Amino acid sequence: MWQVLEVEGLRVAYGGVTALDGVSLSVPERGITAVLGPNGAGKSTLLRTIAGLVHPGAGRVIYNGTTLTGMRPEEIVRVGVSLVPEGGGSIRELTVEENLKLAHLWRRDAADRRRAMDEVMQLFPPLAVRRHLPAHSLSGGERQMLAIGRALMSRGSLLLLDEPSLGLAPKLVTLIMRTVRDLTSRGLSVLLVEQNARSALSIADEAVLLSSGRTVAARRAGELAKDEELWHAYLGY
Amino acid sequence: MSYFLDLTLTGIAAGMIYAALALALVLIWRATRVVNFAQGALAMTTTYIALGVIQLTGSYWLGFVAALAAGLLLGALAERGLVRWVETGPPLNAVILTLGLLLVLEAVVPMIGGAQIRSFPAPFSISASQIGGVYFALSPFNVFTIGAVLLVMLALLVLFRFTGVGLSMRAAAFAPDVARLLGVRVGRLLSLGWGLASMAGALAGLLVAPTLLLYPNNMDAILVYGFTAAVLGGLDSPIGALVGGLLIGLALSYIGGYLGGDLEAIGALGILIALLMIRPQGLFVHGAERRV
Amino acid sequence: MNAMATGATRLTGRISNTLARHALIAILFVVVAAFVLWEFDSFDPFLVYQLSSVAYFAVAAAGLTVLTGLNGQLSLGHGALMAVGAYTTALVLKQQADLSPALVLIAASVVTAIASIVVGAAAARLRGPYLAGVTLGLAVALPGVAVRFSNVFGGDAGLNVPALIPPDALSSITPEVWLAWIGLVPAAATFVLLANLVRTRYGRDFRAIREDEVASALYGIKVARTQVLAFVLSGACAGLAGSMMAYTSNLAAPGSFPLTLSLEVLAAIVIGGLGTLPGAVWGALVIVFAPDWIGTLNDAMHLPNAVRDQLPLALFGLVFIVAMLAFPHGIQGGLARFWRWRSVRRRAAAA
Repeated sequence: MWQVLEVEGLRVAYGGVTALDGVSLSVPERGITAVLGPNGAGKSTLLRTIAGLVHPGAGRVIYNGTTLTGMRPEEIVRVGVSLVPEGGGSIRELTVEENLKLAHLWRRDAADRRRAMDEVMQLFPPLAVRRHLPAHSLSGGERQMLAIGRALMSRGSLLLLDEPSLGLAPKLVTLIMRTVRDLTSRGLSVLLVEQNARSALSIADEAVLLSSGRTVAARRAGELAKDEELWHAYLGY
Repeated sequence: MSYFLDLTLTGIAAGMIYAALALALVLIWRATRVVNFAQGALAMTTTYIALGVIQLTGSYWLGFVAALAAGLLLGALAERGLVRWVETGPPLNAVILTLGLLLVLEAVVPMIGGAQIRSFPAPFSISASQIGGVYFALSPFNVFTIGAVLLVMLALLVLFRFTGVGLSMRAAAFAPDVARLLGVRVGRLLSLGWGLASMAGALAGLLVAPTLLLYPNNMDAILVYGFTAAVLGGLDSPIGALVGGLLIGLALSYIGGYLGGDLEAIGALGILIALLMIRPQGLFVHGAERRV
Repeated sequence: MNAMATGATRLTGRISNTLARHALIAILFVVVAAFVLWEFDSFDPFLVYQLSSVAYFAVAAAGLTVLTGLNGQLSLGHGALMAVGAYTTALVLKQQADLSPALVLIAASVVTAIASIVVGAAAARLRGPYLAGVTLGLAVALPGVAVRFSNVFGGDAGLNVPALIPPDALSSITPEVWLAWIGLVPAAATFVLLANLVRTRYGRDFRAIREDEVASALYGIKVARTQVLAFVLSGACAGLAGSMMAYTSNLAAPGSFPLTLSLEVLAAIVIGGLGTLPGAVWGALVIVFAPDWIGTLNDAMHLPNAVRDQLPLALFGLVFIVAMLAFPHGIQGGLARFWRWRSVRRRAAAA
């Protein structure tokens, strides 16, 4: 199966701390790879490095054959990799609609743009209601919807999601996870960082377990979910 | 009464010029959180360029366009080449840097063009107009001034509110790091922001030169008035720049008319200080503890 | 209780030692300078005039470096404060032309200090670009006041300041030398006072507020009062400098105090090293002698007049830009780094 994203031996250190120590993983095309682990394991750093915000000391990131390491963040986005940071990464001062518009400025055709916008509004009715309100007036769950809506509209085919369920009520978490799963049917691939291991594993194909910057385990999601030893050792319960 | 009316009308015309400079300062503040103390000197430079073009080609309008284009270019270059490196550090550094640019421009321009006071042409008559035998303090040039500034402000409003570029620029200004994650080329857009701002400043320089005359530090006082107007309206508010400019224009016109022309600058200073004591965030910026 | 007493003794012990040391250096300096000037009366009078200029620039720069370098308040209006000192001098001398220079200098300082209370109070609540903007306004606006009330201030032509004549007892020295003397003594005194002040609690408070205002306030420092004090102190220096300048140029006129004067003083402290007193001297030397050096450059390169006249300012502007981009520490900082580097090497070699 074609791996849309390949991360090889990524090493990141700053301030004397090694955040990532030779991490490798891959994301299958139209699939979801979950990255799990306790706090401080380096999960966020991993995503930020792939997105170009952090420069690795060693290792490579390859997306659809293109080497991403060394490219600037805005160029990486244009190539098709979108990072949704913790909290959703929306611009608070802009309206919901403007935040979405930013994501699809690259579309040439005005009709195409309208179609994409309508699609997102249909998918997330609360966004349609708050269309012209500034993003800072949204609740946590709505902000995640906005983030995913934006990801849908971008030209990306790989999504890096950083803890989308953080701070959300269980029902919302289910909705968000379900939506993420649906994304793959639209051709997107997802690298999902999550504290909420169970919900992540419920939709993921592959799973990677990080601890202190190192890969502890990397297998199919279903297998990892059943491994009780690993749960106790790294995921707390 | 008619003296008051005269002062009011000329105050409005002058106020539009201050508004243009204030707008330049506001746009740059919004984009990069820097007060560009060299904005006046930049406007002076572009006006000298305009004069050169006018003398070369004999056409005012070519000079006009040249000044605006030069403003766009110089502003973008200033951001890209100089200010970018101090945007993230302590604010004192950015202030000193822009002051350095002010000094360099005010020294280099007379090196090339001479330090003597020059006259600058106006495309329309600058003497008071006459409507039906009654003198009307607003000259055709004043009307052009008001119209030009309003037009430029409108154009910028349309740009920012209704175009993709404008949206990207706002995103780059509000949250550059987040905007980068959305694919926005933040660096380029901030340079563009500075370029557009300096274009507005260039307009101010062109509009003030016929009456103020052209010499290397003719824009020093205008910078102070523009800064006062920007602070009055709120450094974050383009509308504030317009309103602030008009209010300052009127205030200075009355001060100059009733108390003596040399007191305009000190009047502006008094207003600025009073403003910063009473309402530092300006008229049009809402709430949020704006620490000055 | 015991600890406090020990601390106090140590502190005052240190201070009086430092005061004595600084005063000694200053007295030595003044004595040597006086001797040199007295003996070498074939000195080029222009050079002596330049030395006077260095003296008053250094005084103005010293005040500004305490305000901006130590305390972090950027003032672009010190040229205007110098104007206050200069005009006070001219007006006082108009009343009584033979008043002792010492009294006149002190009067100018005091008047400017009072004016600085007003400016400082307004400035105390302002930060960063807002403070810069207000002081910029001051620099641009003050000449207009002199022109408006021309019956008092002499309008555009300004007021004359009578030439300094050495007292009868010292009639053997030339007026230029006497003028240099009038420049060096106040300058030395100012530096001694400032050097000691920055070591006291006030100096520490200035620095503390620049580093972290909120923490300083929590610590018990009365921020607003300290800010005003810094302003008054630097204003007094500016007034003194303005008075010395009036004596040197025999004139107090609006044209002598353009915005560029304020920027030149700022350039002096940026070049010399923000926040350091020796830096103020370096900077003053550079500012005063730069046109000379450029003159020699001109002779070597035959630059047109227009270029030569503007080159000093262009270079100062460039210094600002380059300093902010590359060297935030100026000459004094460079020297400090050099000494540190040397001492490290010495230790390594000895080891």
